[in-house]
Amino acid sequence: MRCALPISLMVFVAAAGLTMSALAAPADDFKAAYAAAERASKQAAALKTQWTTTVATLKAAQAAATAGKYDEAIALAKQAQALAEASIAQAEDQATAWKAGVIR
Amino acid sequence: MLRKLLLLGVLAFGAAHPARAADTVDPKAEFTAFRAYFTSRFPKVALDDFVNGPYSMDEGLRKQWKEIEEFPPYEFAVDKGKELFAKPFANGKTYADCFPDKGIGIRQNYPYFDPKSGQVITLELALNQCREANGEKPLDYQKDDMAALTAYMAFTSRGKRFDIKIPDDPRALAAYRKGEEYFYTRRGQLNFSCASCHVQSAGNHIRTEVLAPALGIMAAMPIYRSEWGSMGTTSRRLTSCNSQVRAVPLPPQDELYRDVEYFLTYMGNGLPVSGPGARP
Repeated sequence: MRCALPISLMVFVAAAGLTMSALAAPADDFKAAYAAAERASKQAAALKTQWTTTVATLKAAQAAATAGKYDEAIALAKQAQALAEASIAQAEDQATAWKAGVIR
Repeated sequence: MLRKLLLLGVLAFGAAHPARAADTVDPKAEFTAFRAYFTSRFPKVALDDFVNGPYSMDEGLRKQWKEIEEFPPYEFAVDKGKELFAKPFANGKTYADCFPDKGIGIRQNYPYFDPKSGQVITLELALNQCREANGEKPLDYQKDDMAALTAYMAFTSRGKRFDIKIPDDPRALAAYRKGEEYFYTRRGQLNFSCASCHVQSAGNHIRTEVLAPALGIMAAMPIYRSEWGSMGTTSRRLTSCNSQVRAVPLPPQDELYRDVEYFLTYMGNGLPVSGPGARP
């Protein structure tokens, strides 16, 4: 009986810990995904090749995370990163490709 | 001088090596080719008619436009612009004090390359520079009073022929080149350049609209657009074009926007000012 309380306390603490880590994992995953997307987005903006869809998708990712919808938020952050990277690839390609269109 | 010599060297090298022709900058040759492209592609369109944009491409639209011109939607902007233009600043001076010929009949000379600042000066920028030099706050570049002032100034210049100069200054040539690059560079998620619509697809329909040819496209600015339900400046048109292809627009009067205006207006040299205009 003397051990009952500490054991239940331990079980409670362990359960609470598991719950907290279960919650923290998607939040941390979102933070990492969002940070990567934001880095790519900032690079695109610096190159003046930002797409409106990148900005909108980043915003939607943040809104989903605020609402606790982490799976959706992570997917949106990854989508935003892909959009930003595609816009950077476009700018790199167009750095020389534009010349082919010049009327001569 | 050294920069001029280097530039000449680069130009000479490019001319001697056809494979590098795309890297040379020859505004006069490009002007000739640009005009030839449109006049040969649209042989039935009179040269001066290109300034009428979509109306030069589509007979149905042209009929509607002729009727719209009976009571032009930009008329209020011209009247308001005239009032604003004459209204003295707090220091007693007016816009007329900032411009050659008191600002009347000068639209055809804008934009120009300013050797002092080393930049392209558009009419919109010049108006705000005038305000700031006289202690006034700058206007929003995209609509309202700026659109009214430029509408009035364009109206006083109607029929005068564009005469944009590229002085013998490597910085001017660089500005022209940057404008040209901006015009032909694909951007936005839709992967469109200005040329995608206004060169390759000029005269074609995009949804219900007829795409205006790039030749003479700056001549009608500013414009009343039915789509906007109001007047808009060149700045508004450029930011709107960028948004339509899902590219984040640059700030109005960004150096690149001024450079592309410089390039495009130069390409329309010799064509008459037709602004302010009305567009669908």
